[in-house]
Amino acid sequence: MSTRAQARLEAMAAAARRQRRLQAWLPWMVLIGAFLLWEMLVEVFGISTFILPAPTDVWAAAVRWWKPLMDDSLVTLGTTLAGFALAVVGGLLLGIAIGSSTLVYKGLYPLLIAFNSIPKVAVVPVLIVWFGIGIWPAIITAFLISFFPIVVNVATGIATVEPELRDVLRALGARPVDIIRKVGLPRAMPYFFASLKVAITVAFVGAIIAESVAPNAGIGRLMMVASSRFDVPLVFAGLIVTGLMGIMLYWIAEFIERRTIGWAMRGQEQQLSTGG
Amino acid sequence: MSKAFVQIDNVAMRYGGVEGTLALEGCSLEVQQGEFVAVVGPSGCGKSTLMRLVSGLWPATDGNVLVGNKEVDGPLDLVGMAFQNPTLLPWRTILENVMLPLEIVPAHRRRLRSERAMYEAKALELLKLVGLEGFAGKQPYQLSGGMQQRTSLCRALIHEPPLLMLDEPFSALDVFTREDLWAVLQNVWMARKPTVILVTHDLREAAYLADRVLVMSARPGRIIAERRVEFPRPRSMETTFLPEFTSLVADLRAYIAAARKGEEVS
Repeated sequence: MSTRAQARLEAMAAAARRQRRLQAWLPWMVLIGAFLLWEMLVEVFGISTFILPAPTDVWAAAVRWWKPLMDDSLVTLGTTLAGFALAVVGGLLLGIAIGSSTLVYKGLYPLLIAFNSIPKVAVVPVLIVWFGIGIWPAIITAFLISFFPIVVNVATGIATVEPELRDVLRALGARPVDIIRKVGLPRAMPYFFASLKVAITVAFVGAIIAESVAPNAGIGRLMMVASSRFDVPLVFAGLIVTGLMGIMLYWIAEFIERRTIGWAMRGQEQQLSTGG
Repeated sequence: MSKAFVQIDNVAMRYGGVEGTLALEGCSLEVQQGEFVAVVGPSGCGKSTLMRLVSGLWPATDGNVLVGNKEVDGPLDLVGMAFQNPTLLPWRTILENVMLPLEIVPAHRRRLRSERAMYEAKALELLKLVGLEGFAGKQPYQLSGGMQQRTSLCRALIHEPPLLMLDEPFSALDVFTREDLWAVLQNVWMARKPTVILVTHDLREAAYLADRVLVMSARPGRIIAERRVEFPRPRSMETTFLPEFTSLVADLRAYIAAARKGEEVS
């Protein structure tokens, strides 16, 4: 290889490394930049803490109230995860049923869509009447709001098995349950994990809605209490903690996804490494 | 009187109710045990329909389909199938893809766990036969289209089906790969002697591979011509340059041209 070619290859490799480093740091830089801008705007326009607290005020509130913040966050995290776990089990089962049977699909789908269109905040009072004030309304709201995307995605993955592949298996004497086990479910997994990432974040929304409507415990209640005391910095601290928990759960879902369905993701990594 | 292995007698197939499309009508053919038959015809003539009837995936609207002297009334597990699209499972290795039928066919699935080593050896031997030695542990996306199609062929053969149904298996491949795979398929057939029904629109492919070529009419399809192919085996690319080969292909082309004209008139 000529020295020129070698130099060029090395330059390309170095450029790719720089690109990757930039991509890794970019979210942090954007985040820090946004906080700086926020702080500056509050300072420059003299916005009162009551309207928009500066990040430093929010931080101070978070430090001052760290104990209730942490306790309530953990409660919310617990109810969210419980609702989410129910949604995964229920969503998988219902998704398999809908994806593999036209009858179930035709019978249930309109009902599901109607149900999904109901704002969950309107359901919470009913849940409170049924289960009383406690963790259950939050868990069930998290479940109700997050199981729909799972059902739809799993059903899609199973219903779109290639007809030729179905023929190959049927010609071997495969029963419908074999086709679902060997082909339908594995090929629904990428859809399933994609839906998990949506579901985990909306489960949070569900839990916090319930906590705000029926203030018992959790970060939703904390924010309600704080705003009724006009402690706006603490409200913001609650919002930011919620966002952080959302990102954390999203990362966990993504990590599991990478581990289990690497076969469906290989194209992306190649694109990223050559796309620089 | 010795009966043919596959007997199709005056079969009709209509889709979508009484007013639906008539895909086949008055279609009759016979295939002997161990024979390699190619079915050619103008596009949309019902070749693939014929395949699905023989393998019992769809019931015929009229007439009789017999395989091994038995009326076909549901999917037959003595059939191996391969299609234009290799339809490999991307989450399985090549070896696991080839072994998929063993997890399905009742006779094998019971023995698979206890005799896994024996079945794996069989799968590896098949992969070697089609020239995929050393690729067993690869993922499907790491293989070229031709290699994926070879894998699909192995998957169709692993449970040693007496009847192999191939629906345009090579038509998505480039010419050179396709001609390689003709030789591969001929090897497999000569080694195992299954009964083969190959549906194709490539006339050279039909003439190279088959003992007998059947020509179908335009829709509704039936058999309008039949040619025996007498070239000695193993055939090679040299065979395809023989004047007899060229004239056979020209004859087949003429049949199909006539069939297509018939379609325009009616």
